[in-house]
Amino acid sequence: MTVQQRIDLFTEKATAVSAVVVEVAKPADALDYVVDLCGKKEACQLLASGCEAPLSDKAEKLCEAKRDKVIAAPGLDPELFKQLKTRCDELGFKLIDSGMRNHLAGIDIGFTEVQHGIAETGTLVQESSSEELRLATMVSEIHVALLPKSRIVDDSYDLEEYLLGAMKNAPNYHAFITGASRTADIERVLALGVHGPLELHILLLED
Amino acid sequence: MQTAKDLKQYREELHESLDNEFLRTILDNFAVAYRAGRANAFKGMDVKGLISEVAACKDEATLHHAELYAQFKENAEKAGVKVHWAKDAEEANRIICDIARANDCKSVVKSKSMTAEETLLNHALEDENFEVIETDLGEWIIQLRHEGPSHMVMPAIHLSRFQVKDLFSEVTGKEQETDIDKLVKVARRELRQKYVNADMGISGANFAVAETGGIGLVTNEGNARLVTTLPKVHVALMGIDKLVPKLHDALRILKVLPRNATGQAITSYVTWITGSNECAVGPDGKKEIHFVLLDNGRSELFKDPLFSQVNRCVRCGACANVCPVYRLVGGHKMGHIYIGAIGLILTYFFHGKDKAKNLVQNCINCEACKDICAGGIDLPRLIKEIHSRIQDEEGHPLPSLLLGKVLKNRKLFHTLLRTAKWAQKPMKESDQFIRHLPMMFSQHDFKALPTIADTPFRDMWKDIKPEVKAPKHRVALFSGCVQDFVYPEQMKACVQLLGDAQVDMDFPMDQSCCGLPVQMMGEMKAARDVAEQNLRAFQHGNYDYIITLCASCASHLKHNYPKLVKGNPRLESLAMEFSNKVIDFSSFANDVLGLDAEGFRKTGEKATYHAPCHLCRGLDVHEAPHKLIEAAGLEYVECDEEEVCCGFGGTFSMKFPELSSELLNKKLNNVEATGAKTLLTDCPGCIMQLRGGLKRRGSDIQVKHIAEALAANKK
Repeated sequence: MTVQQRIDLFTEKATAVSAVVVEVAKPADALDYVVDLCGKKEACQLLASGCEAPLSDKAEKLCEAKRDKVIAAPGLDPELFKQLKTRCDELGFKLIDSGMRNHLAGIDIGFTEVQHGIAETGTLVQESSSEELRLATMVSEIHVALLPKSRIVDDSYDLEEYLLGAMKNAPNYHAFITGASRTADIERVLALGVHGPLELHILLLED
Repeated sequence: MQTAKDLKQYREELHESLDNEFLRTILDNFAVAYRAGRANAFKGMDVKGLISEVAACKDEATLHHAELYAQFKENAEKAGVKVHWAKDAEEANRIICDIARANDCKSVVKSKSMTAEETLLNHALEDENFEVIETDLGEWIIQLRHEGPSHMVMPAIHLSRFQVKDLFSEVTGKEQETDIDKLVKVARRELRQKYVNADMGISGANFAVAETGGIGLVTNEGNARLVTTLPKVHVALMGIDKLVPKLHDALRILKVLPRNATGQAITSYVTWITGSNECAVGPDGKKEIHFVLLDNGRSELFKDPLFSQVNRCVRCGACANVCPVYRLVGGHKMGHIYIGAIGLILTYFFHGKDKAKNLVQNCINCEACKDICAGGIDLPRLIKEIHSRIQDEEGHPLPSLLLGKVLKNRKLFHTLLRTAKWAQKPMKESDQFIRHLPMMFSQHDFKALPTIADTPFRDMWKDIKPEVKAPKHRVALFSGCVQDFVYPEQMKACVQLLGDAQVDMDFPMDQSCCGLPVQMMGEMKAARDVAEQNLRAFQHGNYDYIITLCASCASHLKHNYPKLVKGNPRLESLAMEFSNKVIDFSSFANDVLGLDAEGFRKTGEKATYHAPCHLCRGLDVHEAPHKLIEAAGLEYVECDEEEVCCGFGGTFSMKFPELSSELLNKKLNNVEATGAKTLLTDCPGCIMQLRGGLKRRGSDIQVKHIAEALAANKK
């Protein structure tokens, strides 16, 4: 496959499982995308439906713990983080890169870099040994992932050597992420966002 | 769970499912959607190649499981994980309870694990006062309802949104709506607090990779990531069947597993955990991780030359997705804890013969499961073998014993059939059907039964055998008992066609029933004896082919005879030679003789086709019959679910008439929807079932063997 074919296939497959795939020319565009997205969504609203649904008192209490709009970007390149911070401060969003356990009720956006993409299935491959990073991609309502175009491979076998290297250097936690969290457990009807993000946005970075 | 004491009670339980409209509809819709989804997911891939690769790597793992365990343990421990071996369910549960106590845990969140279902881990933990919460949505729902899963991948598939709404209203103390999206969000937020409070997370594992000492978890919801991240302790419970040598094997299985399970190219999350990772609330900021590997009879199973292939199972659940019986009765009746075809087998080994003895009889032997299995396991054969073992252990039921004895003695069998011809006289109608069934057969009244023919084929043979001057092929005919004694006209049609095509035929008189019915009833010894008898009957002729018009006989002769006589070298080579020559009528007529439109009158009448299980799956013949229908001058119209079983299944239709009748109903609805007035097929058993059902419906659709359609339009 040529690079372009890989990008096209990756985009097709990721889109087919409800991911939003957007190409960005430079890192700053990705930051703009993130704050823009955060501005458009309501704070702590389980998209489509959620907060209005009545809960048990205990679950309600956890939900009430969160008021601000929060973006978490653990593990982000320090220079990018600084730039993002400036944008967030302007708009009144809270930006964090640690202390995820204080935000288990949910955060609005988890913004993270991923190491690889697999074209065959539209999959992101993320080194998640950092607990902060792992949690940011799990408890966020929207996960925005930054993937350099050159890091997309044809097929999972192409990453075998890379993965083996990482795994033999244990401890290691690696995640394959394909689309948003989903279930079809009730009447086989597809519903997005069960325990993980309700949306996955993939920003393909020109590099 | 399977609680019925005997077959009668089990059949009564099956009625509960048959009467459950919701279950029937959702499983029907699923069966149809699954086939399309799977085909789409595998588009452009070499599925058979991939399945045989999976089979090969799992077989390798089976052979070396002890070394793999040692390697896995060493690598995992090097990375800070504690590894335990549990010989049975009780020991696994004890180990896990000990870990919970030692770490002062109170609350446990679980990610879906069939192995934990197998050991009934929740009961054990709850008995020791630990709070246990299932986090997979389907598992949580059935946990709240105190039920077991009814499907391996979709545990709550048997429940409606209304039932879930009521359940969630009860759990939250607030009235909920029936909107599925909202119900899912309620679960999301209710369960989030459970993760926050839990001190222990329990998961299963889809892969235990020996070369890294790590595990792989395949999920859609993302609960496994939270369960393995938030609590300070993580325990992964897995069967030793999850051991694979290399990461490559896991990646390979990952290509098949989601595609075969749900038609997804991959699940939303695949999580690879190697070593004791960072955990803010763990001791020294590290996660306390335990891997518990469960044997529970597996290592014994791995030694068995036949059953070791069970280790190829990757728990995709596809065998249930395509099983026509599962589709009717659902997982609670088609399994104990593990469901579907693999469930019938695992139940025997993991939960004992008492739980399995009724279940194993509920296999119609249509081979749909074998065809779809991600590991290429010969599931129907293993089910029959277990049936036979249970009968050997428990004693054989009288009817099965009698049939075995009768079939072993060809002369006695044929005399009985000839006697039946006289006995049926008072019940006979003019159109080859029995008028009234005796009371004892009242449940079988969903189809009319045929009468025994006045003259069996074997008695006609010497008069109708054609003289062939310049023979192109020399063949032997194998009639099977139904065509010999009930439908000799089908054989006659074949003889006419083959004679015209200059085929020299022989009909060895010592041939008898192929023996499939006794094998279906678990009478393996009788099946072997009958096979030997037939092998001897055909051993002296110098035939190019052995032709049979019965798909079931063909598949049984071809595939099962060599297996049945295994261990006897003389018979083995005889059986190989025999089985290589066996060919079904349609393949012979189309592929060998090349019959085409030239020799037949063109009527252009619409004809539809029913593909017998043992032809399309048993012999992998799909196109030849369609071509012959067109050759015979008819217009072939495909009916929906052409390759789904008609519900005959030989003795199955006698044992489970309610199920057989439902399968027949579906089939006939699809046939009628085509508007064709002729229904063709390649198996006398199917003809008996289809014709009898149509007669009961008062339909004017004619059912014929493909050979009859050809003979009728011969120029």
